[in-house]
Amino acid sequence: MVDQLKKTPLHSLHSDLGAKMVEFAGYDMPVQYPLGVLKEHLHTREKAGLFDVSHMGQAALIGPDHETTASAFEALVPGEMQKLKPGRQRYTVLLNDEGGIIDDLMVARSHEDGCLNLVVNAGCKEKDYAHIEARLPDSVRLERYDDRALLALQGPQAAAVLARHASASGELKFMDFAQMTIAGIEATVTRAGYTGEDGFEISVAGTDGEKLARLLLDDDDVEAIGLGARDSLRLEAGLCLYGHDLDETTSPVEGNIVFATGKRRREEGGFPGAARIQRELAQGSSRLLVGILPEGRAPAREGAEIQSVDGTKIGVVTSGGFGPSVGGPVAMGYVEPAYGKTGSAIQLIVRGKPLAAKVADMPFTPHRYFRG
Amino acid sequence: MTVKYTADHEYARAEDGVYVIGISTHAAEQLGDVVFVELPDVGKTFSKGDDMAVVESVKAASDVYAPISGEIVAVNTDIVDDPAKVNGDPQGDAWFVKIKASNASELDDMMDEAAYTEFAENA
Repeated sequence: MVDQLKKTPLHSLHSDLGAKMVEFAGYDMPVQYPLGVLKEHLHTREKAGLFDVSHMGQAALIGPDHETTASAFEALVPGEMQKLKPGRQRYTVLLNDEGGIIDDLMVARSHEDGCLNLVVNAGCKEKDYAHIEARLPDSVRLERYDDRALLALQGPQAAAVLARHASASGELKFMDFAQMTIAGIEATVTRAGYTGEDGFEISVAGTDGEKLARLLLDDDDVEAIGLGARDSLRLEAGLCLYGHDLDETTSPVEGNIVFATGKRRREEGGFPGAARIQRELAQGSSRLLVGILPEGRAPAREGAEIQSVDGTKIGVVTSGGFGPSVGGPVAMGYVEPAYGKTGSAIQLIVRGKPLAAKVADMPFTPHRYFRG
Repeated sequence: MTVKYTADHEYARAEDGVYVIGISTHAAEQLGDVVFVELPDVGKTFSKGDDMAVVESVKAASDVYAPISGEIVAVNTDIVDDPAKVNGDPQGDAWFVKIKASNASELDDMMDEAAYTEFAENA
């Protein structure tokens, strides 16, 4: 079984660190290290955590010039690509013809003209690449970077840690993208992540991955963090997990991620499912992803039914668990928009019993991005 | 003092004419950091194998089954108030409930320490 799973370039490091491994998106991945999910989570919020996210799909769209590449990609996503500046990254979604989300992704414009770098979800990469390639004009091609490693260094000490090895990293602001050398290793770095904290995602050649990871882990402030804490961190930060909070039936309006669409794009259309998204923006959608705070201590997990206080089903929890920094249960889920207002009283069905809860603003823990 | 175990990693230990029930040290290690515990009310009766309590880690929820049939005569509210205690001493202070057994011969079907240790190592 394990032999059939794919391995990231950091696989043997995980073993050396004593990680507990699980299957995730076809990869043998660390779910936690000996520190444990709770302490890994809190350490990331307090100092800095290092995550192996090499399973994610790294690729680039390469065309003759920015306008051509941006236009080609704008035909697939609702994000503003034309005005994306060199050295900047943004979040957007691949849409199907019904305006449903095929995947959510990061796109960065490099300083090479006509090149857009992509990072897509591990579990979606094959479907994403096939979808993109089938729709690109002849002048633009997709290049996969399957051999590269991707490390995320996240937390309030991330900047200080990385600056010890790459002073250029200090010049980046949230969602900036740059190439730099980190202790002699060629890397492309974005100041972004999936925890709500300041931090970086660092792409290096697969063969350099372990060396860079060990270098960063040598720092007293850095601990290795597994997928368990990655999930609780992103949930507290109110960040969607594809396949759970977003899927091919949910639109960016329903998923409360209108920021993944550009203003000009929303007005002009010209992306898949534009008619639905424009209609939902004008008239509202039939459901809305909201934050939920259960009132007791019991976590409500994915799949729990959401009811109005009179017991009518109004939606379903799509992510839920215990938020270590919140110190209690947190969740997100879809509700009918009438119940979407912050503070709305709802109930969650957990093990057959109604649990009092309230619709809450997200993030549950404040974002601490470095905006300069 | 004899401790017996189930294949679902509960233990039962005789003490003052009742059985102290909880989850094994091995189970607590596998669960990871416990963040929530739900216990039944005193006076409730369960048959062997019934859902009796819930223990949740950051990652997931797990049912705790009654290892023997009987009536709940005490519950350990300390672990409800501070679920992390389950990771500290699950087979000592962090017991879950005490059961007055209705059929003590059910203990015979459970594993002893040696059998459980081997079972847990191979699980």
